Amino acid sequence: MAKTVLSVDDSASMRQMIKLTLSGAGYEVIEAVDGRDGLAKAKTAPVNMVLTDLNMPNMDGLALIKELRALPTFKGVPIIFLTTESDESKKAEAKASGATAWIVKPFQQDQLLSVVRKVIG
Amino acid sequence: MTAADPSAIFREEAAELLITLEEALLGLESTPGDKDLVDTAFRALHTIKGSGAMFGFEAVAGFTHHLENAFDMVRKGEFALNSDLVGMALGALDHIQTLIEHPESASSADGDAILAKVAAVLGKPATAARSDTRPVAPVQEQSDKAIWRIRFRLAGNSLVMGTNPLLLLDELRELGECTVVALTGDIPALEVMDPTACYMGWDAVLTTDRPKSKIEDVFIFVMDDAQISIERILDEDPRLGEILVGRGDVPATAVIAANEQIQRLGAILVKGGVVAEDKIKAALAEQKHVKAEIGKVQAQAQANSIRVPAERLDSLMDQVGELVIAQARLKQLVSGMGDSPIKSLAEEIERLSNGLRDTTMGIRTVPIGTLFSRFKRLVRDISQELGKDVDLVTSGEETELDKTVIERLNDPLVHIVRNSMDHGIETPDDRVKAGKVRQGHLHLSAVHSGAQVYIRIRDDGRGLDRDRIRAKAVENGLIAADAKVGDQDLYQMIFAPGFSTAKEVTSLSGRGVGMDVVRRTIESLRGSVEVDSFPGHGTEITLHLPLTLAIIDGLLIRVGLGHYVIPLSAVEECVELTAADDQPNSGRSFLNIRGDLVPFIRLRETFQTAVPLELYQKVVIVAVGDRRIGLVVDQVIGEHQTVIKSLSKLHADVHSFSGATILGDGSVALIIDVGAVTQTGRLPEIDKEAS
Repeated sequence: MAKTVLSVDDSASMRQMIKLTLSGAGYEVIEAVDGRDGLAKAKTAPVNMVLTDLNMPNMDGLALIKELRALPTFKGVPIIFLTTESDESKKAEAKASGATAWIVKPFQQDQLLSVVRKVIG
Repeated sequence: MTAADPSAIFREEAAELLITLEEALLGLESTPGDKDLVDTAFRALHTIKGSGAMFGFEAVAGFTHHLENAFDMVRKGEFALNSDLVGMALGALDHIQTLIEHPESASSADGDAILAKVAAVLGKPATAARSDTRPVAPVQEQSDKAIWRIRFRLAGNSLVMGTNPLLLLDELRELGECTVVALTGDIPALEVMDPTACYMGWDAVLTTDRPKSKIEDVFIFVMDDAQISIERILDEDPRLGEILVGRGDVPATAVIAANEQIQRLGAILVKGGVVAEDKIKAALAEQKHVKAEIGKVQAQAQANSIRVPAERLDSLMDQVGELVIAQARLKQLVSGMGDSPIKSLAEEIERLSNGLRDTTMGIRTVPIGTLFSRFKRLVRDISQELGKDVDLVTSGEETELDKTVIERLNDPLVHIVRNSMDHGIETPDDRVKAGKVRQGHLHLSAVHSGAQVYIRIRDDGRGLDRDRIRAKAVENGLIAADAKVGDQDLYQMIFAPGFSTAKEVTSLSGRGVGMDVVRRTIESLRGSVEVDSFPGHGTEITLHLPLTLAIIDGLLIRVGLGHYVIPLSAVEECVELTAADDQPNSGRSFLNIRGDLVPFIRLRETFQTAVPLELYQKVVIVAVGDRRIGLVVDQVIGEHQTVIKSLSKLHADVHSFSGATILGDGSVALIIDVGAVTQTGRLPEIDKEAS
């Protein structure tokens, strides 16, 4: 069974790129446009991993991570967040809220794939 | 640009974001204190910068970065927004738009001016467009093997947070030979245990030639809250004595004698009162322990392979083959079902059976390169022995063959190579006299073709002497003195007993290595030998070996009521048989494929199909090497995973088919031997009947 990734980002171009990269590598991708949408989608179908941006309207990434970790179904599900280099404090906060790993923007397709593989294989 | 082009989507997105930004800025002109608007503006700039950098709009990203910073400061309350800044931001917005839509006409001077103004307003110098906070990757250091001791304990909540320690261990294993010990001592009793918590640590000993940074990379996401230590255990420094002996400066005996005079380090230190004896004992204990660990690691490495009786592997392969056939049947049955749990289960089973198939096929096969590599030495030795200069070139080393087949090929190949060097390749002087290069060449190659492997031994020697062979054949009573024999058949005579000049075949049990034993060995592997010779230029011997255990991709075709399989690797294309080409013809027929004349045969005729034709016929163009032929069939059904079942000994003389397979509905399809077909231009059995 293909692994499912929930991709949460308010930027359509980012979502496009992520979807192309991951589905090309055999992952199923479910998309959400902001934190609230992401949380709703996470509650309706099982996912193997969440990939989320931090900066989004209608519930930002940090809040989403906290909400996800509060769900009983999300124990042990890896959450990767996207961060820019200058966001050091955000990185620590995100980890403390329950994120598993991160990818620094901007990134190449192969960097995205290598982190995803590292985290869910 | 297609819709799927991310940069096109970025442009659209950026255009929308710029509109949003403009609205926010205009709103801020009247209400500069509005936090939401500031947020919106910041977010828009942040996204444009981020996505810009992602999709190659470097200039946009670099420029927008400063504005993003400015609005970040406002957002954090470090700076109070004023109309000046808003005005500048609006000007900047226009610049961004130009950069995105008409990058050629954007002026960096304009951009710099705007940024300077922004910096002035903020009271800060414009910071560098991209502060490189990413550390420069360290220069890759040592690349020699070292043994590392890696210890890690993850935070208690790491499993809940999504970390999978097994993946970490897998990553370590990818770096080299790794022994892992799980530390379970801290796991509490079941009643008090929290099943989601991580109580474990792991100790690993890793032998790798990668630098320490690569090991650290494995733990990059858990480094912050895990306890990790990575240390090198053993440094393999060569010792002075060894170096001296190796360079021939000092005889080994002298080093040994000198060593005996040296006191052990421990003894010296204790004597000098530098350290207490028990501390030496403890240090020695650690030394012993580490050596034992290393010994363990090495012993473990050796224990990682198992001997298995070949029959067990045979029966495993058979069962896997049956499974693949059954799975194909299942697939056929569920194909009409539409979405259902059974269908997805059938897909899962397909995936698993493919994996199993690949793994088992990989167990017994070995690349022929293992055989070829021995020949370099052999050729060198024989060259010296015979006083000839021969260069051996090999290709196709990665071609995989069943291990037992490779073992049995050794002797025949050795004999063929010997023959070629002995009788084929001339002495350097003779070669020069004949106008050739001094050095003779021997080319060993292996290539897959569908269900067969072709192993070729080619030399550029003097070639076979037709007359001498003929004379000997007559002498041995193999042919009548006046019989007309074609070249191919004549060359095959060298495999007859009595022709071998190197060593004799002693008795019927066949010990000894004459060319006839070569042929018998190959035939016992259900293969065949072909000889081609170019008088004066060389000889080429080709061994055709069927893959005994194979599951190949085949093309399923129908001729009349019968189904046949053509190995897909030999298929070049399928074309329609037009009425023009379909003239009834008893001689050779040819198709014009993009200027090349390709001969074709009608399988309906070959198989004497009586069933009336209802569809347009197709021609499957197959190729082996540079020989092509078209096979006219009634219907091309499609790709079919073909489990090759060898034909039994009863059919050993049948050369048109290299095997058979069982289809999803239980019927049998014969696999056409494309090598034979392309060779002769027709199915061999037809040839025999014709003559």
